[in-house]
Amino acid sequence: MSELQFLTWVRGPGLDLAIGIFLMGVLWRLFEIYSLGRKKDLAEPRSVAGASGMSTVFRRSIPPAGMLKNSPVTYVAGYVFHVGLAIIVFFFAPHIKFFQSLLGVSWPGFPSQLIDFVAVLTIIAMLVLLFDRITKPVKRYLSTFQDWFTWALTFLPVLTGWMAVQHLLLPYTTMLALHILTVELLLIFLPFTKLFHAFTVFGSRWYSGAVNGHKGVAV
Amino acid sequence: MSASLEKGVRVLKEVIDAPIASYFNSCVHCGLCAEACLFYTETGDPKYTPIHKLEPMRRLYEQEYTALGRLKKLVGLSKAVTDAELAEWQELVYNSCTLCGRCSVVCPVGNDIVYMIRKFREGMSASGNAPEGIKGAANRTIKIGSPMGVKLPAVRAQMRHVEEDFGLPIPMDAEGAEYLVMLSSMEIMNFPEYLGAIAKIMHQAGKTWTLCSTAFEATNAGMQIGNSDLARVIVSRIVEGAEKLKVKTVISPECGHAYTALRWEGANLMGRPFGFKVRHIIEVLGEFQEQGLLKTEGFETDRLTFHDPCQLARRGGVIKQQRNLMNMVAKNFVEMPDAGFMNWCCGGGGGASAIEEGEELRMEAFKKKKSQFDTVKPDRVVTACANCRIVMEEGLEHYKMNLPVVGLTEMIADHLPNPVVTKPEGN
Repeated sequence: MSELQFLTWVRGPGLDLAIGIFLMGVLWRLFEIYSLGRKKDLAEPRSVAGASGMSTVFRRSIPPAGMLKNSPVTYVAGYVFHVGLAIIVFFFAPHIKFFQSLLGVSWPGFPSQLIDFVAVLTIIAMLVLLFDRITKPVKRYLSTFQDWFTWALTFLPVLTGWMAVQHLLLPYTTMLALHILTVELLLIFLPFTKLFHAFTVFGSRWYSGAVNGHKGVAV
Repeated sequence: MSASLEKGVRVLKEVIDAPIASYFNSCVHCGLCAEACLFYTETGDPKYTPIHKLEPMRRLYEQEYTALGRLKKLVGLSKAVTDAELAEWQELVYNSCTLCGRCSVVCPVGNDIVYMIRKFREGMSASGNAPEGIKGAANRTIKIGSPMGVKLPAVRAQMRHVEEDFGLPIPMDAEGAEYLVMLSSMEIMNFPEYLGAIAKIMHQAGKTWTLCSTAFEATNAGMQIGNSDLARVIVSRIVEGAEKLKVKTVISPECGHAYTALRWEGANLMGRPFGFKVRHIIEVLGEFQEQGLLKTEGFETDRLTFHDPCQLARRGGVIKQQRNLMNMVAKNFVEMPDAGFMNWCCGGGGGASAIEEGEELRMEAFKKKKSQFDTVKPDRVVTACANCRIVMEEGLEHYKMNLPVVGLTEMIADHLPNPVVTKPEGN
């Protein structure tokens, strides 16, 4: 297979397959989780402003008192790479063109120098978190194969994308094809690994907020 | 698979719901919950990381409720939950968890970890893996009526003492009273001042109240052990008593888990909403204070701090009332770091204080409370939970700290003017 054939495949059948598995996977997993339902809470509720599912969905994005100081690496590197990923994925001009071809809608992007800078920050933050996972006893203790695997799944698209733009190591066409391939792997595995927290995080925060909100506790 | 394990697995499958499924799928192993847990912070042992305490339940969830997990189980790629594993987990699910809920409020993805531990305990209990200490307490509550084996004559004896000391009648089984006052064994045996305080406060507020001869014990070891059937039997006594006496409000004593059992779990255990209200004594005092029904005199002048019982504050939403009450009678009230919503547990909640083999670990965990005390250097500690009180007294004794612990209700009552003595009519 030539470089061009490889690129054509990942842009065509490969992409269709990955998006198909991703969409079906997400729908199935959401059904599998949330169809379990929960019992109605019969205790007399106590109503307090700010104690609800929706408020916890937002509030939990902010570290509770004292926690930022306690675990700065997890919080700071965590914020940087999450926000970084969002900026790169949704505001890099070529990505917006891709979404436009897929969804038919478009929006303004950020200058490519800014995206470059964000990509480097994201790569650094992810390396810091990997180092933290290896060296911090609690994280090391909790880590399984999935934790290393999903780290790689998330890291590779960023790295290959940045390298393609910088024309590093491999010809642009090959690197771009590798970039798309790693994104496809990410899409395929996302619904079936801990990466699925990208979806369930909203449900989890909402349940937490609602269950405790019933008691009048703003968590 | 042994019969008991089979039962435990069946119970676990029943209690796993959408929130638990969502929580397990959201965990990214960030480890922040460990930093919120006093059993981890004081020992540094990663096995006390809260989410790790749920590992057997997580695997069971995956094997039973996810397509991929079922497939892995089918082809022999997953490890089944075993008796030996659950036995090993006893220490993690009971001894080193007081259901304090700090982990639940720091989890960045919003996992209510303590909600899961509470449910996991149902399976642990059904499979025979609950600690003897709490099992004994639950059985005594079912058979004798209280976890410490206290019977009605002991309550009657206390009533007589209080009536003599305060010159106020202690009503028993008074139909149509506004409040039904519940007690914990600890208050009957170790802190009888509580009953006298209630009599004085109700007298001044001009409220009618009563004890109930068939339901005086509010603590619920059935809930702590994780056995909903036992918890239901214990709660139903109180519900029947309250309905028989037609009271408007049942008052939970200064006991955190009694409050959770009655206020938040009670109706769900019974399967129907209550026809009466449930309030913690601190909430009732807060209402009286707002309505101007508490007219206190004088102030405590020594340096006081307040220990928030987890089930009252973080898990129960009562945070302001105790502070307003403290300020009403104390001139020199200082807050500990993290006080209120983020307060650190005494180390003995959730039934942990009843586990003999957990004592050494409990004393380790108490170093957190000790460091909070060392920071503010109070002359006395005030709290609103008899269990916190006894656990802190043990910890303070262990670390040779001379620091008295008192109950807030009694402190308030101490500042009420003595009632005009009316001899109780003979009983």
